Amino acid sequence: MSDIRLENITKRYKDNIALDDLSIQVKDREFFVLLGPTGAGKTTTLRVIAGLEKQESGGVFFDGAPVDMLQPADRDVAFVFQQYSLYPTLSVYDNLAFPLRSPLRKTPESVIKQRVNSVAEILRISHLLERKTARLSGGEMQRVSIGRAIVREPRAFLMDEPLSNLDAKLRESLRVELKHIQKTQGSTSVFVTHDQIEALTMADRIAVLHEGKLLQLGTPHDIYDRPATAYVATLVGTPRINLLNAERVNGALRIQHSPLEVPTPAADTPDHVLLGVRPEDIRISSDGAFVGTVVLTEPLGVETILHVKSGDQTLLSVVPGASPVRLNEEVRFGFARERLHYFGTDGARL
Amino acid sequence: MATIELKQVEKKFADSFAVQPLDLTIHDGEFIVLLGPSGCGKTTTLRMISGLEAVTTGNIYLDGRDVTWAHPSDRDIAFVFQFFALYSHMSARQNIAFPLQAQRESRDQIARKVAEVAKMLKIEHLLDQKPGSLSGGDQQRVALARALVRRPAAFLMDEPLGALDAEFRESMRAEIKQLHIRQEATTVYVTHDQIEAMAMGDRIVIMSKAVVQQVGTPADVYHNPANLFVARFIGSPGMNLIEGKYVDGRVTLPGGSAFTLPNEYNAALSAALNDSDGKIILGFRPEAVRMNGDGDISARVYADDLHGGYTMLHFELDDGVIVHGRAGRDANYPIGTQLKFGIDPAMVRFFHPVSERAIFANGAGV
Repeated sequence: MSDIRLENITKRYKDNIALDDLSIQVKDREFFVLLGPTGAGKTTTLRVIAGLEKQESGGVFFDGAPVDMLQPADRDVAFVFQQYSLYPTLSVYDNLAFPLRSPLRKTPESVIKQRVNSVAEILRISHLLERKTARLSGGEMQRVSIGRAIVREPRAFLMDEPLSNLDAKLRESLRVELKHIQKTQGSTSVFVTHDQIEALTMADRIAVLHEGKLLQLGTPHDIYDRPATAYVATLVGTPRINLLNAERVNGALRIQHSPLEVPTPAADTPDHVLLGVRPEDIRISSDGAFVGTVVLTEPLGVETILHVKSGDQTLLSVVPGASPVRLNEEVRFGFARERLHYFGTDGARL
Repeated sequence: MATIELKQVEKKFADSFAVQPLDLTIHDGEFIVLLGPSGCGKTTTLRMISGLEAVTTGNIYLDGRDVTWAHPSDRDIAFVFQFFALYSHMSARQNIAFPLQAQRESRDQIARKVAEVAKMLKIEHLLDQKPGSLSGGDQQRVALARALVRRPAAFLMDEPLGALDAEFRESMRAEIKQLHIRQEATTVYVTHDQIEAMAMGDRIVIMSKAVVQQVGTPADVYHNPANLFVARFIGSPGMNLIEGKYVDGRVTLPGGSAFTLPNEYNAALSAALNDSDGKIILGFRPEAVRMNGDGDISARVYADDLHGGYTMLHFELDDGVIVHGRAGRDANYPIGTQLKFGIDPAMVRFFHPVSERAIFANGAGV
């Protein structure tokens, strides 16, 4: 396993800039997630690491050594794609054994057997080894794809949205499996996704990309608790963070179109700010400072989303379990003051 | 406004059931969700209500009138599909007005109704644009406006948010529900997304393999699932299900830890389990897991993950079963840590291992 460093990578497709002077370092044994919307440059980054794309400028280093002159096959990384690329007429066993049987490697069959069996056990597919892959379910196929990547112990795993074609329940369970495997095997992994839940739940660190630029790099806690921009704040968390336009009036921040206001956080707070309040930081309580009307309740079982209207602002609040609050009921609420986020009008965190 | 009644409605394609005989009464003004995985029969049920699909046997009543064999256009029902199905050469305004023109309403009336519905959906400023220049969310708003404009007796919606990305889906889901609250039109809504179903439904009809598994409020299906399918399907992740053995008021779990049952269950369980050799399935939600140290179920931390507002812990029991537990956002349990956890006894549910049905304290459900 290796650490991977990208230094000042720029990549263009004709006139479009896909990666704009991107520098990141993935540590050895780290689960590193590239998060962003379509077109952010996530997959391009992965392909540059693999050598499937050539950057215009900048360098890629594995364990400090440049790999730019190496062909993809010589970089010793394993790719897992969204679409499983299995051989349908081969058994699961032969699909798993395939990378080891490469003439370049000359691995003895006894070693292959041992590796395949151990990988099958890790992925809980031992009972499927004799089956043709065409006869597997989607989740089983993706397990085999992952198995084929980990069977040969490459320097790093590069995974491009490997879970996004699966249904919600399978995605949930494979997410947990992948994380467990990565942590117990200590494999360096770079994982691309546009799904914020995947990023938060699996990553050691997340790089948030947008239009080829790095917006923020940090642990899931960093990204969620201290988003660098208002955009990053909206990218993680469901339901989405409440973003409210506020202006400074007499030492307070007054939230537009509402009677809500909070103290100005600092002497140098600008006149106009965007106030960010995560739904779980809006507390419904009889001693809350604010008053609002519940215009919608969404009971999700484990928690309830309340849509609370105050003036012309509708705020989303999440409360645990079932909420006794009824539609059109007036409630008092407050903000968890220490967990508020302030952004300038340019979106940057203050 | 309308009451919709399905009596012993079934649908067969060749020899196989798409929908097994189904009884359902949808009350006037109710928002009902048909929920299940693909192929469960939910869309077929919706299409039979609309008349786009003929029933094999059974009857459908709209406000007491038998419409089983009525043409779709004679049912006064509006259909909203997953795909926007807008006319690309017409403006949003013309698209919305189209159903009214088909009904030969006057020009003034059409203009008034279109303006009204556009205001409600906040798309007034988009009326002169063509669908191609609108975002996915706005296209779906126009499609909704077109369904709403004719004030039908009922709305049928087939995964209307399925094609939208996650963030739009969440806000559109709230908009549709608020619209429903304002209009109180009977709505039948099909989805495979259990979160959408919980958030929107007054009641949820859960289907699997052509059979209705449970009909209930979101709280019912979440807290008192009728069987293992519902227990697994509702919730993310679903209910934890572990097999144990029931002996004299106690359930022994794999690995030897034991769990004392709430008293009121004893009679029901002894009666229910005499044919299962004492085997029983325990079900509990991740939020029923207690980490305060005095639990008696031993486990190893398998993975832990931050979800923003909370942490989900995954434990491996001695027999390899994975159990999920919800903890605070700052919970920190490294993978491999050995620990013991408890379960809030009031939140445990029981299921028969063979019939897979819930066993309730009063003996119902078996």
